[in-house]
Amino acid sequence: MSQRRVVVTGLGATTPLGADVDSTWKALLAGQSGVRLLTEDWRELLPVHFAARVATEPADQMERVEMRRLDRSEQFALVASREAWKDAGSPDDIDKERLGVVIASGIGGVITLLDQFVNLNEKGARGVSPHTVPMLMPNGPAANVGLELQAKAGVHTPVSACASGAEAIGYAFEMIKNNRADIIVTGGVEAAIHQLPMAGFAAMKALSTRNDAPARASRPYDVDRDGFVLGEGGGILVIEEYEHAKARGAKIYCEIGGQGLTSDGYHIAAPDPEGSGVQRAIKFALANSGLSTKDIVHLNAHATSTPAGDVAEANALRKALGADADHVAVSATKSMTGHLLGGAGAIESVFIVKALQDRLAPPTINIENLDPAVTVDVVRDTPRQLPAGDIAALNDSFGFGGHNVVLAFKSL
Amino acid sequence: MALSQADVLAGIKEIVEEVAGIPAASIELDKNFTEDLEVDSLSMVEVVVACEERFGVKIPDEKVTELATVGDAVNFIVNAAA
Repeated sequence: MSQRRVVVTGLGATTPLGADVDSTWKALLAGQSGVRLLTEDWRELLPVHFAARVATEPADQMERVEMRRLDRSEQFALVASREAWKDAGSPDDIDKERLGVVIASGIGGVITLLDQFVNLNEKGARGVSPHTVPMLMPNGPAANVGLELQAKAGVHTPVSACASGAEAIGYAFEMIKNNRADIIVTGGVEAAIHQLPMAGFAAMKALSTRNDAPARASRPYDVDRDGFVLGEGGGILVIEEYEHAKARGAKIYCEIGGQGLTSDGYHIAAPDPEGSGVQRAIKFALANSGLSTKDIVHLNAHATSTPAGDVAEANALRKALGADADHVAVSATKSMTGHLLGGAGAIESVFIVKALQDRLAPPTINIENLDPAVTVDVVRDTPRQLPAGDIAALNDSFGFGGHNVVLAFKSL
Repeated sequence: MALSQADVLAGIKEIVEEVAGIPAASIELDKNFTEDLEVDSLSMVEVVVACEERFGVKIPDEKVTELATVGDAVNFIVNAAA
């Protein structure tokens, strides 16, 4: 059997910047922030009073009866998957035994879990919804999308904290490579804007506390960055075996060349300051894709706006890319979307696909003073034109636990 | 407190519409919850709990399986509340 190639044929999103891919991408290129003050009273419990909520509530995009048996993360997955599936041309007549779904979430239905615990305490066991378990299970977003599309090649949910979304896309890529499936709906979602997860992140000192200027809080690579901003939403891609996509006349955005996966074996939450795991993941992704550092023109960085993480990542990128880092336009889009945790690698992959399509690297906002320790070429404030011809881009994602995932995308 | 059959039917219509999204107009005494109205087993649990709260009755789990139609539920609730 000849080598199977994997292409992207559909995109979907619901994010703090927009209700879909087009509105999100437009806001991203315009350098808008999706971060806002929370309106809930519980914010007063926390040292952090802001987050990046989705721009459009799922209630405006789906029926009420459907919503009430879905966790918010599952609602995001369905909203974004429906857009992606439609964008792929709604190929409903394909062989469902060759259709898969791989959608990740970092934390799963945590809001459902906590809300139902309140119900249990207030109303007793009869007050707990019979939908609780299907709503809180981390595979719920993937399962609901799989059910809707009647996917029968396999429905999966890799979990690796903030690397989950990227790991899902890599898993889906392997499923097509290994001939388990011809077409897969894949990505990641997160719905964890709730006082408990936020208190947990705040207790780790991981969140920015810039309460007087929420839209300026997520500032990757700035010397005064003080932590990440929690975001919610998700990104979904329809990926497909190249010949399968061509045979049905699908619109093809680009190719997924390959992936690199490593783990640090260093610390449960802190990044390895040497960044050797990140460097190895980049090398593996390039080798897996048949690319060299010369081919890379753009990278959507993990860059969450934490003091330690951004510099450790930038150093690792510089070491892995060497002199070729000079022609890599690095974008830290979490400066605008906040950090979508398990949705991050997925929405950032959507951004890379759009960047290759429009030949524009999105900006990084809120850098007032670039940290001098950052030795990569950061795209600041306005989008940057990418070269014509054959180009390639990388998306790197890391998760608590020391997970490193790098995905490589190529223009077609 | 005694409940009329009409009151209970009206209440069940509201509950089933809320829980399962079935238009109240299509909910009648002779309709089977599973076969006619397509209320699945999880939603049926929600309907039962909502009926208990609304009508102040207890519907034991072993009775739930006997409530095949809307009429069965109305009669059970009217009798239980009597």
